[in-house]
Amino acid sequence: MDPRRYSRVIDPKVRQVGFCPRSGQVQNQSGPTGPSTSPPVSHISPSSNSLSPVMIPPPRHPSDAASRAVNVPATATTPLRPRRPSFDDPNNNSSSTEQLVVSSYNPDESVLGTSPPFSGIGDDRDGDAESEFSDNSVNWIRQNDSGRFPLSLAPDGRFDSAAAKEKQSKKPQVGSRKERGGGQTAEVRNDLPSESKPLKEKTSKAERRALQEAQRAVKAAAKAGGNKSKAASLSAHEQTNKAAKLPLQRKDDGPVTSSAAVSERRGGERPPEKDRKKDAPAPRMQFDDKNRVEKAKKRSVVKQTEARNRVELFRHLPQYEHGTQLPDLESKFFQLDPMHPSIYKVGLQYLAGDIRGGNARCVAMLQAFSEAIKDYSTPPEKTLTRDLTAKVNNFVSFLIECRPLSISMGNAIRFLKSRIAKLPITLSEAEAKSSLCSDIERFINEKIVIAEKVIVEHAVTKIQDGDVLLTYGSSAVVEMVILHAHKLGKQFRVVIVDSRPRFEGQALLRKLVKIGVSCTYTHINAVSYIMREVTRVFLGAASVFSNGTVYSRVGTACVAMVAHAFHVPVLVCCEAYKFHERVLLDSICSNELGDPDAISKVPGRMDINSLHDGTNKENLQLLNLMYDATPPDYISMIVTEYGMIPTTSVPVIVREYGREHLLI
Amino acid sequence: MPDMQGLVNELIDKLKKRDGLINGLSFVLVLMLIRWQKGEGITGTALQTAELLRSVISVQKLPPTNKAAALINAVRDVGEKLIAANPVGEPLASFCQLSVGNVIRRVLHIVREEDLSPSSDEAGDNEEEITWLRDNTAPYVAEIIRPPLLHMLHTFSSAEEKSKSYIFGRSRKLKNDVIEAINMLIEDVNICYELIAEQAVEHIHHNETILTLGWSRTVLEFLLAAKDKKRSFHVFVAEGAPRCHGHALTDSAVFAMISRVNMVIVGVHAVTANGGVIAPVGIDMVALAAQKFAVPVVVVAGIHKLCPLYTENPEVSLNDVRSPSELLELGNFSDCMDFGSVDGAPLVHVANPVFDYVPPELVSLVITDIGGHKPSYIYRLIADYYSSQDYVRYGKDALL
Repeated sequence: MDPRRYSRVIDPKVRQVGFCPRSGQVQNQSGPTGPSTSPPVSHISPSSNSLSPVMIPPPRHPSDAASRAVNVPATATTPLRPRRPSFDDPNNNSSSTEQLVVSSYNPDESVLGTSPPFSGIGDDRDGDAESEFSDNSVNWIRQNDSGRFPLSLAPDGRFDSAAAKEKQSKKPQVGSRKERGGGQTAEVRNDLPSESKPLKEKTSKAERRALQEAQRAVKAAAKAGGNKSKAASLSAHEQTNKAAKLPLQRKDDGPVTSSAAVSERRGGERPPEKDRKKDAPAPRMQFDDKNRVEKAKKRSVVKQTEARNRVELFRHLPQYEHGTQLPDLESKFFQLDPMHPSIYKVGLQYLAGDIRGGNARCVAMLQAFSEAIKDYSTPPEKTLTRDLTAKVNNFVSFLIECRPLSISMGNAIRFLKSRIAKLPITLSEAEAKSSLCSDIERFINEKIVIAEKVIVEHAVTKIQDGDVLLTYGSSAVVEMVILHAHKLGKQFRVVIVDSRPRFEGQALLRKLVKIGVSCTYTHINAVSYIMREVTRVFLGAASVFSNGTVYSRVGTACVAMVAHAFHVPVLVCCEAYKFHERVLLDSICSNELGDPDAISKVPGRMDINSLHDGTNKENLQLLNLMYDATPPDYISMIVTEYGMIPTTSVPVIVREYGREHLLI
Repeated sequence: MPDMQGLVNELIDKLKKRDGLINGLSFVLVLMLIRWQKGEGITGTALQTAELLRSVISVQKLPPTNKAAALINAVRDVGEKLIAANPVGEPLASFCQLSVGNVIRRVLHIVREEDLSPSSDEAGDNEEEITWLRDNTAPYVAEIIRPPLLHMLHTFSSAEEKSKSYIFGRSRKLKNDVIEAINMLIEDVNICYELIAEQAVEHIHHNETILTLGWSRTVLEFLLAAKDKKRSFHVFVAEGAPRCHGHALTDSAVFAMISRVNMVIVGVHAVTANGGVIAPVGIDMVALAAQKFAVPVVVVAGIHKLCPLYTENPEVSLNDVRSPSELLELGNFSDCMDFGSVDGAPLVHVANPVFDYVPPELVSLVITDIGGHKPSYIYRLIADYYSSQDYVRYGKDALL
């Protein structure tokens, strides 16, 4: 039996391996929801698109086995295999077992493949020895299994993937560079299965090579068929993958799929070393680096005067006098040749604080870019791609001078630049421009507008009648959530926590009261007083970093902390385009400083405004932080358009969806 | 506070309508209010209460037997009325409850102690004690008792003048001791700042970064004392909105900055018996953040702020809520109110509490004028300074 099975796996070439999951899928349908939420994800993508660059990664392999085990309970094989992933990712497996138990379809051997009598003991965390024992005890039926088990032991899990990686990092260098985009992935896809198998049963090298060749050929054919460019075809693959994956991703909860997804993609579309290095975010401008500051100053359009009393701890951040640049800039409006007026306008709006909020700023910037691109014409003897990139860089540095970019804007700019870089040379200028403009349009639409709608749909499910929601400041998404919940007729109350000096919550208060939501308004100091009656905390975010840190309006961390202390769940609503692969531990290394005078002035309190005169005293530095970093342990869940995820899954979203900001 | 004078006048007007006794006590409250506004804070009210009680005792006629009980009753009586006279809803409410109650308890404790001491049982014999008493108490009486109050005290002890010699003969020793003790109490309260500040050098080292919230004279003196000793350190002052007694950092930035802070030093309103503190609003948040980053939270408080109270949810029962206008400007607020009501019930509520309750787990150290203590030790101090018979609450819902 065993040899037969092997031959079945191996015999119909690697392609057959690709189809194997399909059988698993069928089983998934028979056994409710399948062995776990995660493996199906990986099943589906290759089966829905057999040419997909997403290959069958080693870690998924065990789950294949598991699903097979479900299918043929009598042959319940490989007790060890499923345990490996459980060791790697306990969440994954435990959830899968739970589901199986719920499904009540041969729950015992579900994951472990242990024999029924031992099912009682054999939950997924029992020792290897024990399972071996169980295996042995039943192996009079399936002695082959025990024979198989050492075989399976070797190739599974990390070891295998490591090998794959190694292979992969070598391969592209051997192969021609040009093929990197499509060819490499195909290659990897090929050699992964072949790598993972051969330890089990030796396929001949020639056989494997033949396979690879065949697949490469198929790949090439597909590429040629889709008359788009290489990049486009790649992204098309991605899209289909995503489309297949998305529904599943939605309903799962976080790390389960995330880890599976990570492992699934591992090696797949990972760019070669060099590319990855480039992808790592460049270190930010540090303003205590004198040389660079000087250089930057020479280039700058906005004349900034440095604040006199800089806060020592924040020397690495720009600390300029506020309110001095605007008149100067306005007067220069007509002199600035290289700057497009729409960019200029947006910059001034940033400077004056007319446009606030991550989304608003990002949309304004993108629209300005779109305007600028429409009016752009390539100078003679220059290529559009290069010149436009330089132009955009120019715009961006101007905007940075007006106000430091938010993470979301940085991401949007990255998206735009990658789009420009990937413009096919064959396109005419007009076509290129219109394609860029439509790309920008789509980005705004999909990443912000639709994303917000999806987030609202998700978040509203967490609001029940009788809830007391707390929100801090004024977040556009949270506002939409509350409005939508109100529209649905849910009965709830909102606590709006606000803080000096901006009092952003007051605007929200007005809006909510206007539509008839019962509100309580208070200051951040009283948050621990009011938290006793709160049942949910909804917060917005400026950005979410890949270690789960939520970077948001200053004070958010306090609110989240107090909520955590009072055991109130904290939900952060954030569009996935604001996620960033950088990590952040504290609020000091990366932040933005507001106008210090805003602190010294207390409207309506003449008696304590004496400090204002004393601002220039040597010993007094006023610190007006704009953002703070909320540690991930205070956050119960992040609501994104991809679903509701724990903070640990942020890197997955960044990795899966963030890299190129692919449009869905 | 520009509007304070008007407030005081208004208060006095109101008080005129009340009966004589309450009137007299209310006058004392006004004095307290003035001292409070002058920045003396809770210490000012404590002093005022102590002075009042001293004068009450000094003119109290004592029966031949059970002198201590008479004194205790008198003090209690005044205490109750003092609390009752506190016009509910006036800005006094927030601070009177605790500090006045504390001082009353302290005085009661003093009386009990003196009663137990062997010397107090001796019958007074010599004339010079009487004169001593007269010389010593007269100025206090004159100082505190202005016409209405004097009148009240006359009604208190109408027979007093007739049998002056009798009273003094029998009671001078006890009274003498009690008044002396009260004088010491007043002295203690007066110098508590210095005593606390003296310990600053033990706690603040060179180059330290300290965070505080709001304004507190105790903290100020504490820090100044350290500075006088040539220690240089940074202080982050969170402003404590909406009262904004402090400055230089928004309250919301506390969490961001606390990771770089070595120590949090805050002044408090009261220290409860379990070691928790009642502090200006916002300090609970600071203490939680400090706990997260393992930053010690040091509370500086005079002994007179110890409260022998064991209350469940002190954040509500020992709190005070102030006007919404401090949070929402009037224009904004009325805008909201225009469309903000459904069936007559307003949609907008504004929570503007004055105090936070910080549980003892979040407090690392309580520095009083007699040294630093763990919060878990506070109950012991309270046993030293108060008698258990007096643990009843003085306040709006006094149980006496």
